[in-house]
Amino acid sequence: MLIFERSVPGRASGAQLPPAPGDAAPLPERLRRQRAPLLPEVSEMDAVRHYTRLSQMTFSIDTHFYPLGSCTMKYTPRAANAAAMAPEFLARHPLAHAETGQGFLGCLFELQEILKDLTGMAAVSLSPMAGAQGEFAGVAMIRAYHRARGDAARTEIIVPDAAHGTNPATATMSGCSMREVRTDRDGRIDLEALRALVGARTAGLMLTNPSTLGVFESGIKEVARIVHDAGGLLYYDGANLNAIIGRVKPRDMGFDVVHLNLHKTFATPHGGGGPGAGPVGVAPRLAPFLPIPLVARAGEGYRWADERDLPQTIGRLSAFMGNAGVLLRAYAYARLLGRSGLRRVADYATLNANYLMAELLRAGLELAYPRRRASHEFIITLKKLRDETGVSALDVAKRLLDKGVHAPTVYFPLLVPECLLIEPTETESKQTLDHFVGALREIAAEARADPQLVKSAPHSTPVRRVDEVRAAREPDLAWRGA
Amino acid sequence: MPFIPHTDAEVRAMLAAIGAASIEELFDEIPRELHAENFAAIPEGVPEMALMRLMSERARADGHYLNFIGAGAYEHHIPAAVWQIATRGEFYSAYTPYQAEASQGTLQVLYEFQSMMASLTGLEVCNASLYDGASALAEAVLAAVRAQGGARRVLVPRSVHPFYRDCVRAIVRNQGVEIVELEYSRETGATALEALSSAKGAIAAVVAPQPNFFGVLEPVDEITDWTHAHGALAIGLVNPLALALVKPPGEWGGAGADIAVGEGQPFGAPLSGGGPYFGFMCARQALVRQMPGRIVGRTVDAAGSPAFTLTLQAREQHIRRAKATSNICTNQGLMAIAATIHLALLGPSGLERTAACCRANTAALARRLAAIPGLRRRFSGAAFHEAVLSLPRAVAPVLEALGRERILGGFDLSRHYPELGHALLVCATETKTGDDIARFAAALERLLAGEKSC
Repeated sequence: MLIFERSVPGRASGAQLPPAPGDAAPLPERLRRQRAPLLPEVSEMDAVRHYTRLSQMTFSIDTHFYPLGSCTMKYTPRAANAAAMAPEFLARHPLAHAETGQGFLGCLFELQEILKDLTGMAAVSLSPMAGAQGEFAGVAMIRAYHRARGDAARTEIIVPDAAHGTNPATATMSGCSMREVRTDRDGRIDLEALRALVGARTAGLMLTNPSTLGVFESGIKEVARIVHDAGGLLYYDGANLNAIIGRVKPRDMGFDVVHLNLHKTFATPHGGGGPGAGPVGVAPRLAPFLPIPLVARAGEGYRWADERDLPQTIGRLSAFMGNAGVLLRAYAYARLLGRSGLRRVADYATLNANYLMAELLRAGLELAYPRRRASHEFIITLKKLRDETGVSALDVAKRLLDKGVHAPTVYFPLLVPECLLIEPTETESKQTLDHFVGALREIAAEARADPQLVKSAPHSTPVRRVDEVRAAREPDLAWRGA
Repeated sequence: MPFIPHTDAEVRAMLAAIGAASIEELFDEIPRELHAENFAAIPEGVPEMALMRLMSERARADGHYLNFIGAGAYEHHIPAAVWQIATRGEFYSAYTPYQAEASQGTLQVLYEFQSMMASLTGLEVCNASLYDGASALAEAVLAAVRAQGGARRVLVPRSVHPFYRDCVRAIVRNQGVEIVELEYSRETGATALEALSSAKGAIAAVVAPQPNFFGVLEPVDEITDWTHAHGALAIGLVNPLALALVKPPGEWGGAGADIAVGEGQPFGAPLSGGGPYFGFMCARQALVRQMPGRIVGRTVDAAGSPAFTLTLQAREQHIRRAKATSNICTNQGLMAIAATIHLALLGPSGLERTAACCRANTAALARRLAAIPGLRRRFSGAAFHEAVLSLPRAVAPVLEALGRERILGGFDLSRHYPELGHALLVCATETKTGDDIARFAAALERLLAGEKSC
C-alpha cells in the first residue's frame, strides 16, 4: 500500500506544523500555485509505521550477508555515523567562514593526508560525490593536462573489455571516444593489443586493479610503460581498492590519477543507492587541475582553497563541498582502523575470497579463472549448470534470497557467461561463508532435482519474481491519484 | 581488529582449506617491487571511545551559530522521525535495489519520492535522485542538448547561483556545450527579458531559476514562452519548498517547462557542511529516455501482486556503457528516502505553512535590517525567502565581526556580483523567531555604528 493510499483529507502530523506565518506581501496572482501538490495527509504514527514496515522489506548489510562483487558491502560502523551526526557538524552551513569550522575542516584535511599516503599521490581533492564523478574528474584533469601542453588531439580513452560501465560512460561524458583493449584467458590485458591501440590520440587508460575479473594485473608496470611512452596518462579506478589497501599504492604501479569509493573501501553506508564519495588523488603533474574546493593549511589552522589558489582547476563538481557528511564518516573509519587496521582489511578480504573460492570449487562449482588467485573477489560461471538444467545465474541469484543471502553480482563482467561475481569482504566470519557455500550447494542440487523450484524463485521474499519487462514496456513511474 | 571477526584458529583452518601457508602467500601474484611498507602519515587506530571523544571535541569546538545564511542551503526543522527511520540499518546499509525482490522497501519509498516530486513540479516523471542541485542542472543541460540533437548553446541567467554556473561549466565544457549568461535587472533583481532577445543563433535550452539566487521571483511564464517560441527547451531550476506557494514548472507559460531540476536539501537534509544533499530531475514524459540516473517503476510480480523495480535501464551506464545518458551510478538514495519521510510528515498543509513562514520571516528580517541607518533593500521584485541588502561598507569584515558574536550574518555577494557594491544576501527560515531577528539586527546596528566612530 502506498503512503498516498493511507491519506485521509484533513489529517496532519500536527507536531510538525510551524507557528502561523507573520505578515508578508501576497505573492502576485500570476506566480501563485493554484492546486495543492499530491502529498499524503497522514498522522505522524501513520508515517512512522509505513516507513518502518517498508524498511523491513529490504535486505541490507545489517540484516543479511551481501556478497555483491565489485560493491564491497562490508559492515558500516555505527560509530562513524554517530560521530558524523554530532549536532554541530549537522548544523554547519557550507558557506560559514572557515574560522567557524576548524574542527570540521581539520577532519577533512587529515582525511586528504591519509588518502595521499594510501594512494602514494601528491594531492587529493575530496569533492567528487561518487565514484563516477571521481572518474569524470580524473578524465577531465587528463584532458586539461594535455590541453595545457598544447596537445589537444588526445581524446581517446582506452578501457579493458571487462571494465565497469561507468568507465566508457565517463569517457563519453568527458567528450572523449572510447577504445576497448581485450583481456586474455587468464584475465590479463593483452599487451600486444594495447601496443597497437596507443598513439598520438591516446589521452589515457582507465584501469581497475585488481581488475573486474577479480585478478591482479601483474603486468601493470608494463601497461604503464606502454601508455606513458605513447604520451598518455593512467587512471586508477578505485572500485577494487579494498583488495590492496595498505599493501600497494596505486602511484607505485604507475598511475597518475586515482579515485577512491569511500562507500566501498571506507565502509560509509550505501544507503540504498547512495550517497557515496569519490575523492581523487593525483601525481604532481595533475595537481594544478584538481577539482575545487580543497582544504589547505593556514598557519595553525585550515581554510578552503578554490580557483584563486588553483587557477587551472577543472572547476566545481558540486555547489558546495561534495558529500561532506560521508567524508566525516570515512575519516572516522580511518581513525578507528589506523595504519595497521587498514592493511588488515586487504589481508582478510583476500583471505575470505580465497577461502570461499576454494570451498566453492570443492562444492563442484566452476571458476572462471581457475589458474589465478582470487583478489578480494572472484568469478564463478554457471554455464554448465544452465546447459544441463536450464537454471540460469539469475535463477540461482533469486534462489539465494530464499536462503537468506543477498545475490552476488550477476552477468558482470559481460565476457564471462552465466557468471556470479562474489565479494565476501573482510567483515564476514567463516561461519557466514560456510553457510553461503552450503546454500549454493543446495541450490545446485535443487537445480538438478527440481529445476522449476529454482526458476520460479524467490518464494519467501515480500514479492515473487518481479515482472521487469512489463515495468519497462508500460512505465508507471509516479502515482497520480486514485 | 575493529571489525574483522576471525580467530587465529579460523585463520589457520581457512589457510589450510586454501592450501596456503600464510595470508602473505595470497598476495604472491603481486610483483614484489609493488609491496609498500611505509604508511607513516596514517596514525594508528583508536578504540571507539577515543574516536567519539576526538570527534565530539572537534564538533564542540566549532560550536553553534545563529544562522542567517541561505544561498542554496537552508536551515529547516527536520522531524525527529526522519533520520531515526532513515538510519535504520535496513535503509542505511542496503545497496542499490538491483535485486528487486529483496529491495521492495527501498524501491517503494523511491517510487513515492518520484510521485511527490513529480506532483510538486507539475511534471510527469522524476528520477530517483542525482548528486546535488548544481550537478543536476548540468545533467539537465546535457539532457536538453541531446534531446535537441543540434544546437549546443544554452542560456543561463546570471541570477542563477554562481557555484551552480561554475559546476555546469565544469561538467558540460568537454562536450562542446556553450553557456551564454543572461543579465539581470539592477532594479528588480530578475532576469532582464531584453537580455533574452539579444541572444544570437540556435539555442538548445534556456534555464529559468525560481526563485533566483537573490530570492527574487523570475518572470518564468515569459521566459518559458520565449524559449518555446525559439524552438528551445525550458529548464526550471527550483527550490522545491517554494513550490508549495509558487506556480510549478509544469504550468509555466503556455506549454509548461520541459525539465525541472533543483536542490532537494530543504526536504530533510541537514546543512552538514555542504552535503550530502540530493539533486532531483523531473521532466515531461516525452523526455524520459533522456533522463540520467535510476528510475523506479511500479509493475507486478509473478503472482500478479503490485511490485516495484528499477526500470528503463537501457539509459544507464551498466547497460549502455559509452552510449548511456550519463555516467552516474551511485546516487543519493538515502537522502531521497529521508526526503520522502519528511514530505509525508509535513503533508500539503505543513509544507505550505513552512514555506509561508520562511517567506514571512525573511520579509520581517529584511524590514528590520533595512531600518538600520545606511542599509537598504537592493531589489524591488517579489521574493521567496531571501533578500539582498546594500551595506554602507565592505561586507566581509562585518560578517567576521558578527561571527565573533556567534551570528552568521549572510552571504557576501561582492565577489560574484561586484556591480552590486557592498551587497549582503540574507535568509530567515521558519526556524528563526522574532527574538533571533532582533538579536541579529541589534548586533549589526551596533557594529555599523561602532565602526563609523572609529
